[in-house]
Amino acid sequence: MKKFGGEVLLLDRDNINTDEIIPAKYLTEITKEALKPHLLEDLQLKGFDPQSKALADAKVVLTRNNFGCGSSREHAPWAFEINGINAIVAEGFARIFRQNMLNCGMLPIELPKKEITALSKLARQGKAKMSFDLKQQKLTLKAGGRSRAVAFELNDFATKLIKAGGWVAYADTVY
Amino acid sequence: MKKPRTLAQKVFDAHRIDTPCEGMSVLRVDRVFCHEITTPMAITDLMARKMDKVFDRRKIMAVIDHVTPAKDTKSAIQGKVLRDWARRHKLPHWFDIGENGICHAIFPEKGFVRPGMTVIMGDSHTCTHGAFGAFAAGVGTTDLEVGILKGICAFREPKAIKVVLKGRLRKPVSAKDVVLRVIKELTVKGAIDCVIEFTGPVVEKMSMEARMTMCNMAIEAGGTSGICMPDAVTVDYLWPFIKKDFKNKAAAVKAYSRWHSDPGAVYEKVLTINVSELQPQMTVGYKPDEVVDVAKMAGTPVDQVYIGSCTNGRIEDLRAAAAIIKGKKISPRVRAIVSPATPEIFKQANKEGLIDIFMHSGFCVTNPTCGACLGMSNGILAPGEACASTTNRNFNGRMGQGGMVYLMSPATAAATAIAGKIADPGATKSWKKK
Repeated sequence: MKKFGGEVLLLDRDNINTDEIIPAKYLTEITKEALKPHLLEDLQLKGFDPQSKALADAKVVLTRNNFGCGSSREHAPWAFEINGINAIVAEGFARIFRQNMLNCGMLPIELPKKEITALSKLARQGKAKMSFDLKQQKLTLKAGGRSRAVAFELNDFATKLIKAGGWVAYADTVY
Repeated sequence: MKKPRTLAQKVFDAHRIDTPCEGMSVLRVDRVFCHEITTPMAITDLMARKMDKVFDRRKIMAVIDHVTPAKDTKSAIQGKVLRDWARRHKLPHWFDIGENGICHAIFPEKGFVRPGMTVIMGDSHTCTHGAFGAFAAGVGTTDLEVGILKGICAFREPKAIKVVLKGRLRKPVSAKDVVLRVIKELTVKGAIDCVIEFTGPVVEKMSMEARMTMCNMAIEAGGTSGICMPDAVTVDYLWPFIKKDFKNKAAAVKAYSRWHSDPGAVYEKVLTINVSELQPQMTVGYKPDEVVDVAKMAGTPVDQVYIGSCTNGRIEDLRAAAAIIKGKKISPRVRAIVSPATPEIFKQANKEGLIDIFMHSGFCVTNPTCGACLGMSNGILAPGEACASTTNRNFNGRMGQGGMVYLMSPATAAATAIAGKIADPGATKSWKKK
């Protein structure tokens, strides 16, 4: 199982798409390693710098709705994975992106809009860190000396994929 | 009495092998389509795991389409990984250079998709194939890998959105204009975890090409699959491939009608659009739901016009564009590219004189490829440039970093090429009503 939790990167915008996460020109790469320097290279977001330390340090992304919309390219979750970001907390995901994350044993968490807003507000209070308790289905955000704990839901199938380390390993055991 | 079901629910019920938790289904897949961008990593992973096998070589179809001919060493290697694999497993349905076309055009053309099937591919526009009354969904490389190995895939039970198209579609308004309007109404996230059923009298009269254009863009509203009910039009299109299975076309229509959504099936949403008054549509921003009447943007300068892709590179699309440019020259302010989606379409266009029309007007005619649509080859924009394009996605940087993409119909793109700026094809004098 992958490790989840650590420094939080806030990407405060709806509809961040796969072409922004990893542009198509890198899709001829055949290793995940080659995607590493290009994560979020084309992201249009005020104040965001793809070369920043905030991205380099991040272990968790906190974002808005329809995250990962567009292409089916698994290169998008891979680009996060190879940069050490295994958990993404959003108001919502595009279907293929969400399934791709689970298939890689990564952690996609969906929370209601007002909860994302509250977490975003807190994450701006200083260096933000998030931890996850998969058993209790609870996450905790700590920033600026304050903390906020939130319950999340993950269905049984998602939990099994994460525990197995992804869909190939799970499918090969079960089917 | 049996609970009324949608087409997608019937297909799920017929293919389900497991319910790993409530709301999730593991399905048998009838088709696993593969191309050279998302498949090689699945192949190399299977090899690394010492599991380089295929579940059924007759149900796996593969094509090189995204970057073809190869543009550099990296794309050549991707092609080679797929080619070596296809040969190693003796895939009977393998399309290499010379025979290759855009996946979502060539696979239907070869009759691979039938009503009631489950289809997956490592490509988001796989939803196109739902036009045949199938459940067809784009997946990532890992789902593709398990599909290749085991012939299965896991999905959430899909909800359904019904789009009812009423009225009369008046040329030059086309399926592309309709689907752009639908996306505007649904928004880019309006159909997440839903299939979109396109129904109503307008769809019944539409060709398979037009239905594929609409289903192709279901994903732009977040939809899992576009779906049309299989009918006589579907059977006509598939007849060369299914005639041995049925005594006549009527029998095929009747057999396929069992997949139709039942009256009383439950929908998340029903969207009714009267297309009689619909004007040509186009996108203006970086999201496919930012849609306006073309007339509103008329006169906006563009640098490139692109006609092609899995959305609008089929023969009807080329006919619609050629009807507008016939006997005219493109504006010296623009460069124009047309890319027939498959070799068969290319040959047919040539036979009908369409290729001549394009070339005389100043279009560059390329081989079938996805290239320009996603900024990989054959028509990449420079920063600051704009493209009038018949493709499906206008994300920032999609056709080249810093470029702007205006999505529109082939007719609008053709009128724009002549004018050298955005032009409403309905307003051009040359347009003759059929």
